[in-house]
Amino acid sequence: MSYPRLLAVFFRVSVMGELAYRINFFVQLFQSVLELATAVAGLAVIFSHTSTLGGWRPDEVLALVGIYILVGGIIGFVIQPGMEQLIASVRTGTLDFTLTKPEDAQLLVSIQQVEIWKLIDIMLGFAVLVTALLRLGEKVGMQQVGEFTVMLLAGTVIIYSFWLILATLSFWFVRVENILMIFQSMYEAGRWPVSLYPGWLRFALTFIVPVAFVTTVPAEALTGRMNEVTLAGAIVMALVLSVISRVFWRLGLRHYTGTSA
Amino acid sequence: MNALKELYVQQFKTTFIMMLQYRASLVIWMMGHVLEPLVYLIVWSVVSNGAGGSVGDYTAQGFAAYFIVLMLVNHLTYTWIMYEYEYRIREGGLSFALLKPVHPIHSDIADNVSAKLVTLPFMLLIAAGLAAIFKPAATPALWAVAAFVPALLLAFILRFLLEWTLALSAFWTTRTSAINQIYFVLVLFLSGQIAPIALFPYPIRVAAAVLPFRWMIGFPVELLLGRLTLGDALTGLMAQAVWLGVSLVLIRIVWRAGTHVYSAVGA
Repeated sequence: MSYPRLLAVFFRVSVMGELAYRINFFVQLFQSVLELATAVAGLAVIFSHTSTLGGWRPDEVLALVGIYILVGGIIGFVIQPGMEQLIASVRTGTLDFTLTKPEDAQLLVSIQQVEIWKLIDIMLGFAVLVTALLRLGEKVGMQQVGEFTVMLLAGTVIIYSFWLILATLSFWFVRVENILMIFQSMYEAGRWPVSLYPGWLRFALTFIVPVAFVTTVPAEALTGRMNEVTLAGAIVMALVLSVISRVFWRLGLRHYTGTSA
Repeated sequence: MNALKELYVQQFKTTFIMMLQYRASLVIWMMGHVLEPLVYLIVWSVVSNGAGGSVGDYTAQGFAAYFIVLMLVNHLTYTWIMYEYEYRIREGGLSFALLKPVHPIHSDIADNVSAKLVTLPFMLLIAAGLAAIFKPAATPALWAVAAFVPALLLAFILRFLLEWTLALSAFWTTRTSAINQIYFVLVLFLSGQIAPIALFPYPIRVAAAVLPFRWMIGFPVELLLGRLTLGDALTGLMAQAVWLGVSLVLIRIVWRAGTHVYSAVGA
C-alpha cells in the first residue's frame, strides 16, 4: 500500500469519527478566530507606540503571525496527535499492535491520528499570510516565495523530528507529556521575530527548542531578509535531525519490551 | 471558627505533601508563567529603545521592573480551578466533596496556597535571574510598599473567587473551554498583562478601571513600582473591596443555582 493512500485512509477514518461531533467545528472556529483577534489586537497596541519593531514593519510581523498560526495548525493537525498517541501507547503497551503491522512503524505512528478541525488553523494562518503579503505589495518576488516554501518544509521536518525525539524518550521515561508542555509554551515565543530576543534566548529558540526555524526563518525568507548561511543551515539541520530522530527511534524500539506481553 | 482553623491546618499538611510530589510538573507548568511576561518585557524594551528611550512613562528598565513584578503577582494570584471543575462535574467527583460537612472551596484554597508555597522559591530565583539580566529600575515610596501587601492579598482573594465562580459554569455546560478562552483574552488585555494599562487608548483604560481584571493583577504591580499616587492607591483598594463584595454575592448565587442543577453524571 502506498504511503499517500495510507494517509488518506487514516484521514478518512478521523473525519468519520469527528463528524459525529460536528459542534467541535464551531468550537475550534471560535477559538481560532479569537486567538487571531487577540494577536492582531496585541500588534495594534504595540504599533500604536512605534512604527517598526526591531526593523520589522507591521505587515511583516503580521505575515509572521500568519506563519505562526499556519505552522501551529500543522503541528496540531498531524504531529502532536500522533506523538501523544505514541506516548500513550508505549505506556499502555498497545504499541504492540502497531509493530505487528507490515508497514514502517515510524510512519504509522506519525500519521495514525489526525485532528481534522486543526485544518481551520492551517487555512486561517494561510489567509492571514496572504493578506499580509498583499499589503506588503510588490516587495515579494518569486525568489522569496521559493525560498519561503523550502524553509517552511525544512522547518516542518525539523519540528517533526524534534517531536519524534521527545516522544521516543517515552521508551525510557514514562511521563514525557510534561516535556511536551515545555514545547507548547516555547512555541508562543515564536510569534515574534527571534532577532528581538537577547542572545541566550535566541540560541535556545533556535537550537534547543527549534521554534525559530519554523516561524522566524520562513518569515525572513518572505520579507527578503534571508542570507545563504541561514538557508543552508536550515536545510542541513532538517537533514541531520531527521536522521538522528530515525536512529533514536530505532534505538527506542529496541528498548521497548511491551507492557502487556 | 476554631474548627475551620483546624481544618485548614490539616488541609495544608496534606495538600503540601501532595504538591511536593508534583514538584517537577509544577515547575514545568511555571514555564508559561515565566515566558509570557518575558516575551512582552523584551518586545516593549525594543519598542522603548526604538522610540528614543521611553514609551509613556516607561523606559526599558521600567518595563523590566513592571514585567518581572507582574510575573510574580500573576503567579501568586493564578488559579487552575476552571480546568479542574469541568472534570470534577463531568466525572461526578464533586459528589464526594458535597458529602463533606464543609464547603468544597476550602480544600481548593488549601491546594492553591500549597502549590504556590512549593513553586515560589523557584519563581523568586527566576525573578532574580531576570533582574540581573534586564536591570529593572523603580522608585517606590515606603507607603506604597506597605500598601502592596493588602493589595496583593485582596487581588488574590478577588481572582480566586471570580475564577472559582467562572469554573462553576461547568454545571450548565461541558464545553467550558470557549468560556474560559473569552475570559483569558479579557484578562490578557484588561489586567495589564500585555502592557501597562497606562499605555492603552482611553476607552480601554476606562473599561479596565470599571471591570475587575486590572484590580486582580495590574494594580498591585503598579502600586509596588511607585507608579500610583496616594489617591490612586486608595481608589484602587476601594475598587478591590467593592469587587470583592460583588464576587462574594455572585459566588453564593451561582453555587446555589449550580448545585441545584447538578445531577452527578458519573455516579
